[in-house]
Amino acid sequence: MITPSQTVGPFYGYALPFARGGEIAPAGDPRTITLHGVVRDGAGAPIPDALLEFWQAAPDGSLGGAPGSMRRDPVDGAVIGRDGVEFTGFGRVPTDADGHYAVRTLPPPGGAPYVSVAVFARGLTHHLYTRAYLPGCAEDVLLASLPEERRGTLVAREERERVYRFDIRLQGDEGEETVFLEFR
Amino acid sequence: MTETETKTETETQLPGLPHQRAIDTEMAAYEPDGTAHPRRDYAPYRSTLLRHPRQPLLAVKDDPDAVELTGPVFGPTDVTDLDADLTRQHQGEPLGERITVTGRILDREGRPVRDQLVEIWQANASGRYAHQRDQHPAPLDPNFTGVGRCLTDAEGGYRFTTVKPGAYPWRNHVNAWRPAHIHFSLFGSAFTQRLVTQMYFPGDPLFPYDPILQSVTDARARERLVAAYEHGLSKPEFALGYRWDVVLDGPAATWTEGEGEQS
Repeated sequence: MITPSQTVGPFYGYALPFARGGEIAPAGDPRTITLHGVVRDGAGAPIPDALLEFWQAAPDGSLGGAPGSMRRDPVDGAVIGRDGVEFTGFGRVPTDADGHYAVRTLPPPGGAPYVSVAVFARGLTHHLYTRAYLPGCAEDVLLASLPEERRGTLVAREERERVYRFDIRLQGDEGEETVFLEFR
Repeated sequence: MTETETKTETETQLPGLPHQRAIDTEMAAYEPDGTAHPRRDYAPYRSTLLRHPRQPLLAVKDDPDAVELTGPVFGPTDVTDLDADLTRQHQGEPLGERITVTGRILDREGRPVRDQLVEIWQANASGRYAHQRDQHPAPLDPNFTGVGRCLTDAEGGYRFTTVKPGAYPWRNHVNAWRPAHIHFSLFGSAFTQRLVTQMYFPGDPLFPYDPILQSVTDARARERLVAAYEHGLSKPEFALGYRWDVVLDGPAATWTEGEGEQS
């Protein structure tokens, strides 16, 4: 008898986001990529109060993650952030007033070439899952199962070297609305 | 439900918003759809209108390699001991009715979720959040922020000390009030089991008027969002005790075919 979801609401901002929540890559790692975009609603308007979470395999393919995403200072409880060594695989960022988000992470490995994304927002009663694939994963089974116009919503676009654009549309026409996933 | 149609001062300040009676009629038109989770397209909660997908979700069923069957992990460095006591985060004691909230986090096969992060946030005893966007004219409490976190123990147990939050108004419709609640954010052993939800307090008269709670159309599922007052958990001369257990949905990496059918 599972517990139902309820919306994250508008007031999570002093509780869930944490300092450097989008800095998933260990500082200074030369492989670091930036994944960024805008979250929009059914009218195409940016959503300024969405919260995004990211989970992915490490570049070596491991899925164990590591603790320490929101490491705290035992003196005053402040977030001191990741230790700069471990790759925790997890990130969390709120959208800004323009509906924009950005995370810096390490590229997911070829065997699992995507960053899993969970979307929370006021007005969304139950979060949604999607995936940001890096370009060049045409052989991926999930992508291949989709009609071409929908498939495009899951593939980040390379804007320049190591910078990828991944917009999320919560509601729209078939080629417009992001493909969201359901795990059974 | 009795409600006068007299135009109140608030109503004239909120032109265009529907009256509670109209929302009640809309809510009554929804039948339970057989799932425990809320509908994403639940018009009585107006903010859902442009924020729910219209296309069917893509079911991911038979991919044992899906990254989402694993999930983030947390450890003792991610929390401090004080984080679970929301009454000790400032110089003085917060106002309000001191409570403890405790329970267990289980996955849908009934296994305890161990060593995982539980995060909560809530309004203060007057129904005001420590958030700029909350302009409800109720007092902030300099001794209460309303944020807590802890790691579950070996049995999946968690425990928080806090104060009972107040109900507060919102502008979904005229005279809209949220029943008192504590927001919970929970992780399981897989990203698929992620859950953000709200815990309510037993016997709240606002339940039938609240489209966020009612977005869960199954009455028994709604009841699972309501904590139980448990006298044995109350601490003499200190705090009232509530118990609230959580069962996370979603498959995990150890999941095998035929296991864990939803009942």
